[in-house]
Amino acid sequence: MKVLKNIVEKVKPTFDKGGRLHFLHSTFDAFETFLLVPSATTHKGVHVRDSIDLKRTMSVVIIALIPAMLFGMWNTGYQHNLSIGATSDFWPTFWFGFLKVLPLLIVSYVVGLGIEFASAQIRGHEVNEGFLVSGILIPLIMPIDVPLWILALAVAFAVIVGKEVFGGTGMNIWNPALLARAFVFFAYPSHITGDKVWIEGLSSGTGVIDGFSGATPLAAAAEGTATPSFLDMFIGTIPGSIGETSTLAILIGAAFLIYTGVASWKVMVSTFTGGFLIALLFNALAPGAADPSSYLNVPAINHMVMGGFAFGAVFMATDPVTGCQTEKGKWIYGFLIGVMAILIRVFNPGYPEGMMLSILLLNTFAPLIDHYIVQSNIKKRLSRAKNI
Amino acid sequence: MDKKIFTDPFFRKNPITVLVLGICSSLAVTVKLEPAIVMALSVTLVTGFSNLIMSLLRNTIPNRIRIIVQLVVVAMLVILVDQILKAYSYQVSKQLSVFVGLIITNCIIMGRIEAFALGNKPLPSLVDGLANGMGYGMILVAIAFIREFFGSGTLFGIQIIPLDWYVKNGGFYENNGLMILPPMALIIVGLIIWIQRSYQKELVEE
Repeated sequence: MKVLKNIVEKVKPTFDKGGRLHFLHSTFDAFETFLLVPSATTHKGVHVRDSIDLKRTMSVVIIALIPAMLFGMWNTGYQHNLSIGATSDFWPTFWFGFLKVLPLLIVSYVVGLGIEFASAQIRGHEVNEGFLVSGILIPLIMPIDVPLWILALAVAFAVIVGKEVFGGTGMNIWNPALLARAFVFFAYPSHITGDKVWIEGLSSGTGVIDGFSGATPLAAAAEGTATPSFLDMFIGTIPGSIGETSTLAILIGAAFLIYTGVASWKVMVSTFTGGFLIALLFNALAPGAADPSSYLNVPAINHMVMGGFAFGAVFMATDPVTGCQTEKGKWIYGFLIGVMAILIRVFNPGYPEGMMLSILLLNTFAPLIDHYIVQSNIKKRLSRAKNI
Repeated sequence: MDKKIFTDPFFRKNPITVLVLGICSSLAVTVKLEPAIVMALSVTLVTGFSNLIMSLLRNTIPNRIRIIVQLVVVAMLVILVDQILKAYSYQVSKQLSVFVGLIITNCIIMGRIEAFALGNKPLPSLVDGLANGMGYGMILVAIAFIREFFGSGTLFGIQIIPLDWYVKNGGFYENNGLMILPPMALIIVGLIIWIQRSYQKELVEE
């Protein structure tokens, strides 16, 4: 630590006012606070202090994402082996996936942080930790075969149009990670839909064994063919976006998020409840044995582990910036996300995954929900005050 | 005549980016450059001559029925443009389809008549109308350029991005499908407004 401290102290004057590199002072501040606890204190006035600040929150979410990410790396290798009909041990499988996921992570962070640093510099703001979570979320919700330049474009779009135009971290209306995915989904649909992109190497078509299909459970359900068993989908040995396949790993992350109090358990619970109830309703409406291939027949419990439902409910819907702020609002917000996600899945064959669109839609409505909750509260209190 | 009447609509008082008029058609006809340019020309002619005619009539129209008279004049000009397009450039007319007819409802035209032509002499009115049409057209062409280039890889229908680059020919490139969709036009308009406002600080509201 001493060495680091000495280096930082030594270069500090160049970034101070009048220094040669003063124009880069935001960048310097960012690295200083990243490496050391700064010794600067506030000069006047009382500030509210809390042990949980932006940096702590972001770190907790990243730790919560690690199980899903590690599982995604292993699953990448596992699915690849399945497609070429090979078997290999745990570590080579994991290593293969690690090498495939690493470039995505690097591109996402380099592009995203580059833009964040540049815009903080231009505006004279401090660089904040806003992108740390988005940078890891974006690769986790992409197919493994997404070309790096498309990923870079998507990240740039999400950070600039999704976040910086609204004023940076904490001011955005939509979840930046989902915006990146939505960008790829609408701009380059061939790279994020279909049954080729979810498994490394399948789109180039090398050495695929006969009869192997890379279709995700969602695509299979939409076509009315058999979906994998509940247990497979729960454990996550299925094709899909990198981080979304294993509900088990996601639930471990969810437990950690709830335990630390970083994410709202109300949103998670109500999202799952909403999705489960609407899926039950569809099951009741389904034609039953007469048409077993109908999407309506997919068991409600399977909907919870298919596709990105769990991932979205735990890591996307609970984003404190884009979600509802009021406690009652959180219930409504989460419930509607679950309902819309299953609704889009089942009734819109064009969009196999409803979770992304449903969360973006409810992000748009979150301020409105909050507004009415607050207004009704004001009204209630006023009438109570009048009665006294 | 004040030179500003001609120069203002291009940048400082651009109808799309500053007055935020005529947004609908800038979303609808900017997928390709050619229809965008034809649309820009048509709107320029209609705004120019409707401004001129209304300015000539301005002292004879009772104030209460002026909107009806304006609509008649504009509708007449739009029908003229539509017929000319059908006669000489049928393909483009097909592409623009209903949007030529909808020039009647383009906010810029009514806006300029109400704001300028009814209170000014014929010649400045004509100049004002033409300049506003051109300011509108300038933005339209800029949007269409971006959308056609990135969305289809072409300009005026001619392939610009080498065909070898495409994935289907063994390359890496792919057209951006979002550019073809109307929301992207809105985002591009937003970005243009952003750029303009960073140059022109007095436009930024507190």
